Amino acid sequence: MSAETSLKEWLLAEEPQSRRQARWGAWYQSWLTFRSNTLAMAGLIILVLIILAAIFAPLLATDDPFAQDLGQRLLAPGVDGHLLGTDSLGRDIYSRLLYGARISIYIVLLVAMVAPLLGLVIGTIAGYMGGWTDEVLMRLTDIFLAFPRLILALAFVAALGAGIENAVLAISLTAWPPYARIARAETLTIRSADFIHAIRLQGAGPIRIITRHIWPLCISSLMIRVTLDMAGIILTAAGLGFLGLGAQPPSPEWGAMISEGRKYILDYWWVATIPGLAIFAISLAFNLLGDGLRDVLDPKEGGA
Amino acid sequence: MNAIEARGVDVYFGSGAELTRAVNDVSFEVAQGESFGLVGESGSGKSTILRVIAGLVPGWTGEITVAGESLQDEKRSRAFHKKVQMVFQDPYASLHPRQTVDRVLSEAMELQGITDINRRITRLLNDVGLGAGFRFRYPHQLSGGQRQRVAIARALAPEPEILLLDEPTSALDVSVQAEILNLLADLRSELGLTYVMVSHDLGVVGHLCGRAAVMKDGEFVEVLGIDAMRRLDVTQPYTRHLLESSIRSIR
Repeated sequence: MSAETSLKEWLLAEEPQSRRQARWGAWYQSWLTFRSNTLAMAGLIILVLIILAAIFAPLLATDDPFAQDLGQRLLAPGVDGHLLGTDSLGRDIYSRLLYGARISIYIVLLVAMVAPLLGLVIGTIAGYMGGWTDEVLMRLTDIFLAFPRLILALAFVAALGAGIENAVLAISLTAWPPYARIARAETLTIRSADFIHAIRLQGAGPIRIITRHIWPLCISSLMIRVTLDMAGIILTAAGLGFLGLGAQPPSPEWGAMISEGRKYILDYWWVATIPGLAIFAISLAFNLLGDGLRDVLDPKEGGA
Repeated sequence: MNAIEARGVDVYFGSGAELTRAVNDVSFEVAQGESFGLVGESGSGKSTILRVIAGLVPGWTGEITVAGESLQDEKRSRAFHKKVQMVFQDPYASLHPRQTVDRVLSEAMELQGITDINRRITRLLNDVGLGAGFRFRYPHQLSGGQRQRVAIARALAPEPEILLLDEPTSALDVSVQAEILNLLADLRSELGLTYVMVSHDLGVVGHLCGRAAVMKDGEFVEVLGIDAMRRLDVTQPYTRHLLESSIRSIR
């Protein structure tokens, strides 16, 4: 008990004694703000559950996700110990869902690492440098923005070949322009701030200013945008899977599962509905999380 | 030797029909260890001169020499950054919102290749009257006066010879203004700094500077000593007008 209260005091100290304490204290403050947002917490809990399900899929699954049993095809949920029923090839949907979570999270993580980073680099360089650098980079961004996202992703996948990695690459290549726009807009407001003038006067070069002074201020708005876009990314991935250009059968990717269930949707609703609900749940969780993060990370709120 | 010499400095903003002349043929010199003031109403170009020296304004013409180094455009040498530092007007805008005092000061020293940062930070914070307890605070945990002290500490971190002060007190409460002004006066006598201070407040300039230039519409109206200013011993009607209105506002 006393150890707990002293830890709390240490974290909330008005005058931190070390760099580590100051950093942990700032994190703890953000966590307190985040925790007070019930919906965001709900989103976080759903996500943690999905991630745990993905990690422990081999332990939680009741069947092999690839094992076919044509004698047991299209069983309703609950029949014969198949918790969520079976699909057209007699594979257990519950087990496939668990393994599919791995693929979804894999896609999300890859896209979340590639697209915002690319957008951040391009946007901040354009915004800080200005002049013709800005012109060239922003017109390039405009070209990418001019195409509908799914169509462009389709074109990339068609050119690169179907498969989950190429789908991720295609989604990333189509998802970065909005991040570049946001990062540029943020940079434009930051670059003429006095604290940037001050560090310039201290002799810092453009690379140092961009990476150490501008990035930390852009990242919060990008992170919020990423979590809000996650739903869209998962849906695009699912859409590509549905069109047969993402994950290939027999991979238990959720979009591909819906695509396979489509043929039976009128008679055997669960085959398409259950992976659809899973996509819905993860999208919703990311949206709620993004909303909560906005409250925590908004630099304007930080001044209070 | 003069710390700063400016000859025929012109600054233009905008282009074509919107071309405005912000600073018009301004020449002055500041001796080493002197405290020089620039006064005038808003828009008179006084801050622009400071920003030209600091390298924050593109496209100026004329000749400026700072500590024997001739300045060009916006480029400034490494040695310049070590010698000249600036304190900005608004302490709420001049500190990075996500960086602790420690980070701000240690980066300033790192950039100048100063070692033994830990000991120096403690000393700097004591010098500006904050104390080591403030070292790991974020700007939003500080008051306006405390922030300005941090900004002064940051400017002092590279151990400069010249400080450019851009209305360092105008964003602060009156009681805090006096504290900061006294701090600046103490630091100057302790460290032998040269000040160039911009202000619209004649009282502030009178307190801190030995000599001041009065500016109007981008031009120097008159350069005069503070004693002459106190005696109202001026040649130009605009200066007289400015001084009289300043005296009246005090009463």
